[in-house]
Amino acid sequence: MSASSPPEVVIEVRGLRTRYGKQVVHHGVDLDVYRGEVLGVIGGSGAGKSVLLRAILGLKEPEGGSIRMFGTDTTHLDAEARKPFERRFGLLFQDGALFSSLTVIENVLVPLIEYHRLPAAFAHELALLKIRLAGLPAEAAHKYPSQLSGGMRKRAGLARALALDPELLFLDEPTSGLDPIGAAQFDELIRTLADALGLTVFLVTHDLDSLYNLCDRVAVLADGRMVVADRVEVVERNPHPWIRECFQGPRARGARDAVAAHAPA
Amino acid sequence: MSLDATPADLRIDPNASTLVLHGSWRLPDLGALIGRLERDTPRLAGATVQVDASALSALDTAGALLLVRLLRPLGPDLEVHTYTRMRPADLALLRLVWTRLGVQVPAREHETTLRELLARMGGAVAEFGVMARQFFGFIGLTLATLAGVLVGRRKLRLTSVVFHMEQVGLDAVPIVSLLTFLVGAVVAFVGATALRDFGAEIFTVELVSISFLREFGVLLTAILLAGRSGSAFTAQIGSMKSREELDAIQALGLDQIELLVIPRLLALLAMLPLLTFLAMVSGIVGGALVGITALDITPGMFISRLQEMTDIRHFWIGMIKAPLFALLIATVGCLEGFKVEGSAESVGRHTTSSVVQSIFLVIVFDALFAMFFMELDL
Repeated sequence: MSASSPPEVVIEVRGLRTRYGKQVVHHGVDLDVYRGEVLGVIGGSGAGKSVLLRAILGLKEPEGGSIRMFGTDTTHLDAEARKPFERRFGLLFQDGALFSSLTVIENVLVPLIEYHRLPAAFAHELALLKIRLAGLPAEAAHKYPSQLSGGMRKRAGLARALALDPELLFLDEPTSGLDPIGAAQFDELIRTLADALGLTVFLVTHDLDSLYNLCDRVAVLADGRMVVADRVEVVERNPHPWIRECFQGPRARGARDAVAAHAPA
Repeated sequence: MSLDATPADLRIDPNASTLVLHGSWRLPDLGALIGRLERDTPRLAGATVQVDASALSALDTAGALLLVRLLRPLGPDLEVHTYTRMRPADLALLRLVWTRLGVQVPAREHETTLRELLARMGGAVAEFGVMARQFFGFIGLTLATLAGVLVGRRKLRLTSVVFHMEQVGLDAVPIVSLLTFLVGAVVAFVGATALRDFGAEIFTVELVSISFLREFGVLLTAILLAGRSGSAFTAQIGSMKSREELDAIQALGLDQIELLVIPRLLALLAMLPLLTFLAMVSGIVGGALVGITALDITPGMFISRLQEMTDIRHFWIGMIKAPLFALLIATVGCLEGFKVEGSAESVGRHTTSSVVQSIFLVIVFDALFAMFFMELDL
């Protein structure tokens, strides 16, 4: 992102309202996601982070408001009209959501074969490249998801999400269920890939370490609204009670100190 | 990144030392070029080439991979080549792809076919042995726990037993009675058609009553319950296993067999004979109805013939098999549930296997019984 020209808005959410039955999740959420940034969305359990993700992806029909992707209004598109957009983003589910009857490389090949006619050798090598980019050893390619650890399954899911070279990558709590070392490595992997492939990353997370280490901007969802969306140093000074509790707690101090210790003087 | 979608193209100058990249080298725009290079791989001369990217509008990992595949035969070092007017981001991407594909593509291991065939056969035989051992071990464990319950050393979970009795027995009444009624009618009809040629239509009564009392009543009920309840046992216990509930039971110091298997076994032991009785009655009623409507056998004639000609031993021979079938269905259903590992797919596989095994065992044991009673002249 260059500082001079105004950054391009890839996703624009305006006044989004959603609800499940009588339970209102969003009262009117506004959010901009800029090209090339890593945006972390946080909020308490039940604040509607995952619902926001589902609404943007078109998996949950909103009550009101609008969602624009790449400048086109996608709020009420049907499945057929949505397809061209779906190829431009990749999605990593919480536990990878790999097809359990296929090996890792076959999982990655699914979207490649579905959307593009490629010679077998090239498709195979391209799939292997994605697996290597996701930080898995080449030997993992022919393993089944049940033979992999949780962290490796996430990486395999990431490889599949990257298969079509998406411009936008959605991650739903990518570090949940990983040990601290695995989580830190995964954050680093996302950062490296975002920089190298020019990805825009929309990250739903609980993990304060991810916010400090990985995210360019942090958006806080509370009370059914987007309270603030800015750099983490700005967000942590926000007076909103939930934010204060979240960022003044002992876990936040730990995460902040860790970043400060690694930052160049 | 511009979204110019000019198809990718590659031109190589005549002395084969400069590659000129044109258009968008992104996956959607690469198809034609990949196909062309696949058919006709260009020969690059010399150890170093010049890559001219001035007309390159976009590059993604697929495009970078294609370029890597062209440059790879020239040597292990990407930096010996010169790149003119390539954007730094594109060059970084190219370097990334180059480093990540240092490893050769591992081929999947394949054994020779004959060896593989023999190994699979041996594996299947060994697995059958293991399965038989597991099955008998599980029956032993279940019976030992049941004995513990009977002498009062283990707790009887009465609520659970009654719950399963409702699920297994009461809820199965409509389907068992309807199906056996229909089969009874069909047997009477088919039998009467054959017997009519000998003027022996009245023997239809014996045909229906003996076949239902001895065989069909219990067999049809057992097969239905294997499909209906055996599979449910496997799915219930299997999904508990995959959610680690069984480990939780163990960790709380409770006994899995006592808690999960005994109530299901007792419920099936109680309900299968009752349903068998219902099936016998319903099948005979079906036969009688065909007799009355299509064969001129009055209800009075049917009942008196039933009383005179059909011995009560047929009823007992049918009934005595019911508890054994109940034991088979309950143990196979529960054991398959315990064998589930991890995924939901495994639950499905073991449920199928449970139904197939219990129906198989029920029919095999029914045949053994038939031979046994024949030898005894019963």
